[in-house]
Amino acid sequence: MKDLLTIDQLGASGIDEIMQAADAMAEVCARPVPKVPALKGRTVASMFFEDSTRTRTSFETAARRLSADVLNFSASSSSVNKGESLRDTVETIEAMGVDAIVVRHRSSGAPQQIARWAKASVINGGDGWHAHPTQSLLDVYTIREEGRRFDGLNIAIVGDISHSRVARSNVAAYRALGANVTVVAPPTLLPPHVETLGASVSHDLDAVLADTDVLYLLRMQRERMDQALVPSLGEYHRAFGLTLDRARTLPASSLIMHPGPMNRGVEISPEVIDDPRVRVLNQVTNGVIVRMAVLYLVLSSAAGGSAP
Amino acid sequence: MSTRPETGAGSDANGADEQTDALAPVFGRRAARTFVARTEVLTNDDISRAVRRMAHEILERNHGLHHVVIVGLERGGVPIAHAIAAALNHIDPQPDDVPLGTLDASFHRDDLGGQPGSIIPAVTTMPFDVTDRHVILCDDVLFTGRTVRAALDAVTDFGRPRSIQLAVLVDRGHRELPIRPDYVGKNLPTSRSESVQATLAGVAIGEYRTTETDAP
Repeated sequence: MKDLLTIDQLGASGIDEIMQAADAMAEVCARPVPKVPALKGRTVASMFFEDSTRTRTSFETAARRLSADVLNFSASSSSVNKGESLRDTVETIEAMGVDAIVVRHRSSGAPQQIARWAKASVINGGDGWHAHPTQSLLDVYTIREEGRRFDGLNIAIVGDISHSRVARSNVAAYRALGANVTVVAPPTLLPPHVETLGASVSHDLDAVLADTDVLYLLRMQRERMDQALVPSLGEYHRAFGLTLDRARTLPASSLIMHPGPMNRGVEISPEVIDDPRVRVLNQVTNGVIVRMAVLYLVLSSAAGGSAP
Repeated sequence: MSTRPETGAGSDANGADEQTDALAPVFGRRAARTFVARTEVLTNDDISRAVRRMAHEILERNHGLHHVVIVGLERGGVPIAHAIAAALNHIDPQPDDVPLGTLDASFHRDDLGGQPGSIIPAVTTMPFDVTDRHVILCDDVLFTGRTVRAALDAVTDFGRPRSIQLAVLVDRGHRELPIRPDYVGKNLPTSRSESVQATLAGVAIGEYRTTETDAP
């Protein structure tokens, strides 16, 4: 597989292969020298047309641990501001000799379009409201690391489902692995035809908490507040935030996850952040591990695909 | 990438196949390879005797097991390492068994994605410090020496061993690098085009019938 664009293209078997490779990468990261020459001489370009410090540094750390060279391109300091087209920008970067391009773009479908133009492997680092496959893969790895089996696992995803690529990719990944997924949000934050996601829908967080194995909180994007989708952030917190009371209702064996960055007092109360069930920092650590696996597999299969 | 160093190491690809057989591989290329044996070279009993002899040689060379650790190279070398470790523990019983690790040297190879079979790496387990130890690398077939070259680099990332030694069940020749084994189960003259399958069950010369399917 040359590119990683969506979870759907992987299916359960592709996810499983990435998890196996990620186990090997976790061991590399635990070595006295947490670096291997697997991608020595390869160049990974990170093209971020939308700001993201976390995802970009995670990918770049992953590439460096595999000894790849990293070429960093960010739209704010680039010729995109001078009116260069996406295609010209991609072709310019590719002409410098890159083997993989990690793309983050505000427009859904941009990585797919770039993959059609580029000979290099393209990895989707998040596009519009569409997909964020490596986030979902690191979330799957984090749940799997706890020894949980996905078959029959109850996962609740809470927050702005409508504008969330994380929600879309995570529903796809969890469903592919056999989990029961419920999306929890006020009607204003659910997309039209939400039933096509393949998840149950609830407007009442308190009703689902007691049966939840994994509570996945989405970031409430403050920049959406001017669209009057929720009355106020305080109101959102009272209805859909993880408060101390709700944390008590949540089973002791459950996991609390969040893709970050967290808004304290919106998605989660400050007093719950230190709860032992919270896995937010594990998610960050696993982000590097899983992105190492993705870079390695994509570049290995691209390099060896035509070998005898 | 024209050379396929481990084409001779049958259990390499077999182990990989087992992992992905249940599901269609997405990244891993399914190497649907069947080994067709032409000449049986060693039987199960021959191999037991060879493993015992190699264990004695390891003990003799290293003056006991005090500083010895055994490392099996994924994937074909791992069962060989287990057999050698079991023989060492039997011959020279110690309060603690000889330390045993496994190493996947893929990350240190010079042919990314060029190996036959699955590209999914195995998990390396080195549950000991190699510094000041005699590290005995174990593999099934020594052919071009490229896997061993990668393994030497990988081991030195874990520390500074007192020595690294190489034990192989079969040395089939055709080295492409200045690498030689310290302990050999069987020297087996082969032509480059032949394949060798070496497991604890037996050693045979023959060929692989490969219908390699690329991932969609």
